[in-house]
Amino acid sequence: MTSLVLLEFDDSGIKQPSRAAVAAATQLGETHVLVAGVNLGAAAAAAAKLPGVAKVLVAENAALDHVLAEPTAALLVALAPNYSHILAATTAVGKNILPRVAALLDVQPISDIAAVVDADTFVRPIYAGNGMATVKSSDGKKVITVRGASFDPVAAEGGNAATENVTVGDMPGLSKFVSAELSKSERPELTAARVVVSGGRGMQAGENFKLLDPIADKLGAAVGASRAAVDAGFVPNEYQVGQTGKIVAPELYVAVGISGAIQHLAGMKDSKVIVAINKDEEAPIFQVADYGLVADLFNALPELAAELERS
Amino acid sequence: MERRRQPVAGLIVAHNLPVREGISVNSSQEAVRFPMKILVPVKRVVDYNVKVRVKADGSGIETNGVKMSMNPFDEIAVEEAVRLKEKGVATEIIAVSLGVTQCQETIRTALAMGADRGILVETDAELQPLAVAKLLKAIADQEQPKLIILGKQAIDDDMSATGQMLAALLGWSQGTFASKVAVEGERLIVTREVDGGLETVDLALPSIITTDLRLNEPRYASLPNIMKARKKPIDTKKPADLGVDVTPRLQTLKVEEPPKRKAGVKVGSVAELVEKLKNEAKVI
Repeated sequence: MTSLVLLEFDDSGIKQPSRAAVAAATQLGETHVLVAGVNLGAAAAAAAKLPGVAKVLVAENAALDHVLAEPTAALLVALAPNYSHILAATTAVGKNILPRVAALLDVQPISDIAAVVDADTFVRPIYAGNGMATVKSSDGKKVITVRGASFDPVAAEGGNAATENVTVGDMPGLSKFVSAELSKSERPELTAARVVVSGGRGMQAGENFKLLDPIADKLGAAVGASRAAVDAGFVPNEYQVGQTGKIVAPELYVAVGISGAIQHLAGMKDSKVIVAINKDEEAPIFQVADYGLVADLFNALPELAAELERS
Repeated sequence: MERRRQPVAGLIVAHNLPVREGISVNSSQEAVRFPMKILVPVKRVVDYNVKVRVKADGSGIETNGVKMSMNPFDEIAVEEAVRLKEKGVATEIIAVSLGVTQCQETIRTALAMGADRGILVETDAELQPLAVAKLLKAIADQEQPKLIILGKQAIDDDMSATGQMLAALLGWSQGTFASKVAVEGERLIVTREVDGGLETVDLALPSIITTDLRLNEPRYASLPNIMKARKKPIDTKKPADLGVDVTPRLQTLKVEEPPKRKAGVKVGSVAELVEKLKNEAKVI
């Protein structure tokens, strides 16, 4: 029984959600990983260092650049006969590609697993995490996305896997990459950050999010937002934490002006320590917060920035 | 922090592509040259505002006597299809729902929003995304749409899989998590919500779109349109009519409550908060 994990990477190495997917795969048995795209030298080297990885498959081909779903799924299907489980992180990339792979293999995918019970059985959240379902697959092969917040990612270094080049056949030419507009930020990625500071509808306007900046800077935090703040147009969607956004589980989550709707809690309630700052003392967020401060955020945030600066 | 663009995006010609004449201004000509039928699958789910409960016997989520509605992302899909028709790009919109008899109500909602006719694939069986994708493929084979718009995820099973699977079975391109859609003749330009921001792809038609939050703001159906929707036709089929085996591949062994967090303490000041985070929780 061998698993194959599709990895995501950037200039700084293998992304944390992918390393969490590797952690899930190693619970199942021998683990191989795949890097696909162009100029893969550094990514392949980084992948080979992941602890627990036995082999790195390297698929270098211009058609695989930008991990477009149609060619990347075709590649995974071509590699599938050698594997019992095919995994990726529950990210925009994993969610885009793995269901396509599953359908081509006539398999029902198992999305966003939070635990591995055995080779056929997994735990996954349903209804925004209000239920944890244990599901058993009768498919011969399993196609799985892995919830990053539920598995401790493997370290970035410590392994020494062999690499093997993969010959890429004809790729479907159904799609072309046009452009990407990625936010430039010095801050850590939301799903990898040790601390997350999020703003909600209580922030009242997009420009007020800059009140979070000095606090995030001081704590080395990523900045997130509730769906209400995204809906209101305060910040772009990539900030969204929740059922329909990103799932995070940092050491410290600071919710500012966030009421605590079910759909938001679904994205952050596995955080180790939760702080809520809200002027409404009845806000449901206080039911999950370890530390609650009932205060007007427009007073509390500058004060918090100053206090952190002092200490 | 400025928002990059307006929340309501209908049919917009992607700014970084050459603008072809007659796309947005004179698009009815496009419709004549490229008649576009759109299929919109709509799912009946527990209403967004309901606080769901795990059944005491651990067999699933309590859905008896609970308010049901159209999956919110599917409303965005219907809205996008209706906007494409209003712009003269689409010629006909077919709303499809799969499941129990009451899914007719979900189809009626789509018809009241502006879809032209409905198809109900009626079954009491549990339908998982693979089976749904196979049923939708069979309908697509019959109806020959040029575009299928689906919600990016259903808020009940949270699988986020059906659109991608349907694209695979049809051998079509896919534009998932779309925040902007533009039809350019035989190509589809889709701006997608990805983890670090936005990505724009150029897709061959026919194609699949799955909708993200910011694609549009769905309309409320007006009373006259709700009345009109009652007269629009709904065709009913069975999975067997479509030659699809819908046997679930995943067996749910049990459903449990998630681990509960216990409420913590209220602090009286910012200084006390920082002190506790530092010395008690030791996270800063």
